Amino acid sequence: MKKTIRFTLNGQTAEMEVNENESLLWSIRTHLNLTGTKFGCGIGLCGSCVVIVDDSPVRSCMVNADYVENSRVLTIEGLSNNGTLHPIQQAFVDHDALQCGFCTPGMIMNAYALLLENQEPGREDIINGMEDNLCRCGAHNRIIAAIQEAGSVMKGDI
Amino acid sequence: MKDTTDIVNEVTLPPAGIDRRDFLKRLGAGVTVAVALSDFKSLGAMTFQQRELPTDWNAFLRVAEDGTVYCYTGKIEMGQGIITSLAQMMAEELDVAVDRVKMVMGDTVLCPYDAGTWGSLTTRFFGPPLRAAAAEARAIFLEMASEWLGVPVNLLKVEDGVVFDERNPYEKVSYAELTEGKQIVRSLREKPTLKKPAEFKVIGKSMLRTDAYEKVTGKAKYAGDIRLPGMMYAAILRPPVHGAKLLTADTAPAEEITGVELVRDGDFIAVLHSFPETAMNAVDKIKAEWDIPEPQFDDKTIFDHLVKAGTDERITQEEGDRDRGRDVSHEIIETEFRDCYIAHAPIETHTATAVMEGDTMVIWGSTQTPFGSQNQVAQVLGMPLEKVHIKEVFIGGGFGGKASSPQVVEAARIAKLSGKPVQLIWSREEEFFYDTFHSAAVIKVTSGVDEQGKFTLYDSDIYFAGGRSSELFYKIPNHRVRVISGRDAHAFATGPWRAPGAHTNVFARECQIDIMAHRAGMDPLEFRLYNTDNNRVIRTIKAVAEKFGWTSQGSPEGKGWGMAVGYDSGTYVAMMGEVEVDENTGRVQVLRVVTAQDMGLVINPQGAILQVEGCVNMGMGYAFSEEIFFNGGDILVKNFDRYSITNFSMIPPKLETVLLDLPDEPSQGGGEPGIVTVGAMIGNAIFDACGARLLRLPMTPERVLEAIRSG
Repeated sequence: MKKTIRFTLNGQTAEMEVNENESLLWSIRTHLNLTGTKFGCGIGLCGSCVVIVDDSPVRSCMVNADYVENSRVLTIEGLSNNGTLHPIQQAFVDHDALQCGFCTPGMIMNAYALLLENQEPGREDIINGMEDNLCRCGAHNRIIAAIQEAGSVMKGDI
Repeated sequence: MKDTTDIVNEVTLPPAGIDRRDFLKRLGAGVTVAVALSDFKSLGAMTFQQRELPTDWNAFLRVAEDGTVYCYTGKIEMGQGIITSLAQMMAEELDVAVDRVKMVMGDTVLCPYDAGTWGSLTTRFFGPPLRAAAAEARAIFLEMASEWLGVPVNLLKVEDGVVFDERNPYEKVSYAELTEGKQIVRSLREKPTLKKPAEFKVIGKSMLRTDAYEKVTGKAKYAGDIRLPGMMYAAILRPPVHGAKLLTADTAPAEEITGVELVRDGDFIAVLHSFPETAMNAVDKIKAEWDIPEPQFDDKTIFDHLVKAGTDERITQEEGDRDRGRDVSHEIIETEFRDCYIAHAPIETHTATAVMEGDTMVIWGSTQTPFGSQNQVAQVLGMPLEKVHIKEVFIGGGFGGKASSPQVVEAARIAKLSGKPVQLIWSREEEFFYDTFHSAAVIKVTSGVDEQGKFTLYDSDIYFAGGRSSELFYKIPNHRVRVISGRDAHAFATGPWRAPGAHTNVFARECQIDIMAHRAGMDPLEFRLYNTDNNRVIRTIKAVAEKFGWTSQGSPEGKGWGMAVGYDSGTYVAMMGEVEVDENTGRVQVLRVVTAQDMGLVINPQGAILQVEGCVNMGMGYAFSEEIFFNGGDILVKNFDRYSITNFSMIPPKLETVLLDLPDEPSQGGGEPGIVTVGAMIGNAIFDACGARLLRLPMTPERVLEAIRSG
């Protein structure tokens, strides 16, 4: 049975028609054609599909599309502003905090939620917050540095 | 009105199967330089591991009318950073800014044939001809500019694609202007003069990744990000275990689902739907019966099995007399090392999007071998090679696992059977099931030292790790290395995993050496230097020791130091690290890793450092936690819950890299060497910390505890 979901997507009102039990991940990728949110494992273990729903990180493979009804959804595509990178994106670029780039959108979105809570995270805070986001290329140390720098920028220190 | 010329010099053959006129049309206007692949060797390319190469020419670069430099390479970008370093080479020899260079990668129509992106070969093998093509293009532009400006070539200079009279910089013309309205195709006439290291402005300078912007914004296109009108998502009926044969399949329950389409070709059954999850769920509804073979061995009995299955042996290194070696030895140590099957586990699963466009099968596939995939699709579908077109995409991690890319053929088959555009994304379970694993292995070593601590004997039998990185760069008068393999030893596919077999070989050799140093009462660093006269080894060890601050006093209380040396892809790597072992839990934390690499001319030092760091971090996984559990053909690992790759808490807080400054020596490989030493270095550091000697990878907390107890 089809159902229309209404929500705010990257600052704009949006709606999509979904069937029962369709996951948010595949709805975003298929109905909305936003392919920055990645499939990695399908059961919430890798973090490639993290999006922000009402300021919290959500593994989009683990929730149904109707989870976002009347909510605010932010995906990687909505993070930069008219071509200006968000401080987290910029810090990932400046620190070379990526290689193949496939985990990168999920890393950045998860880090975004982390920095909403705490803009001065220590190394341990970042490790705890990012532990379940997997990167196979081994950019971890640079991701930690990028998140710390982004926090400073967001706080207005830099 | 501009004169339109069409000069084609010395270009004898178009690429295989492609009509020449068509090819020129496809290239478009501008100045194109082609290189015959048969010239690679004379251009200074590393040619070991070289297979039969086609002798036809291929375009390497084109300077378009707007001044954009298109660099064509059959190599692919999977994170290793050649999208940046190849552009640097091009920019250097052509004298243009790096951001003018647009990389075109892995497109089987536009790019020169390439056997595949593996073996840390790009810089060594593809770099020299690429630089030669760029230097040739620069020479062509100088000739044209000379005519345009009426100034002799020797008085011309180039800066960012603008040629000018060195006596009067206002007398100038740009590559773009020179190119306008022309199509010039040249092949290399003679070996062009490449720039000397002293002249480098771009090579050797650190650059950030040029693909980062696309990747941090979600714009970068991977094979699963392609969207085509009317595209269907496919899921394939899979056997429950390797070796199972399909007996019956009742597809009706799947076909009852609204919108499901089913294609079948013998045992190949796929379900299509416009929504990916529906296709995945539908294929699970198929009621299939399988003939399942009895398991013959599992992850515990595999080692005995491998030793028995090892029927073919070849001696790769031999010198002296092993009996004499035994006689003169003061200490003889026999050890058996073991390693398990491990997965590539890229975050992007194998994916392909395929569509028939007219009579051509067009495919975007996550593959390290676009040309190999093209060939396979042509063969399986019975299509001419030139009617299969693999297109450029980013690859979400490969590590050797996408050297095998059956999903490309699968997607093409489904596209052909259904007549629709098709996207196939392997589930994580399929990714683990069909991975070509790093092989489990057994390495037996007997070695000896005399009373002075001199190496006297090294006798090693390597079962199923192959010979990579097993070179003995120590001075051992009596030695033999046998590499033993056999057919049908595995219950599933194995294949190249980032420096295939190398970390197993280095784990065995470098841990054995550590054991011997300890028995000889010598510091592991001192012991190694005492037993080698290989200058590259010595300078690499000294570089890492200096940065690390290794002293014969050894590690501070409560910590352990370890080192290991490796040789892979032409590069020498020496690694030192500090660890802390929790003797109650067996948990090991690596606190610091320092790596030194002797890798010749480094194109992009920052990129090379990224690769070393990636190697160290990825290597933590095989060292501590990665292991495929299986029972016969049944792969018990289905997802990341039973397969732990490196996560944030595992990585060393301090990671340092030293690249030896060797600009006059040929470039060596950088994507793999750093991973080969990680396991051995950690094993040796654990021993130093707590006296526990680990002989088996991965060094899980349970195995560390066991080794402490039996210590």
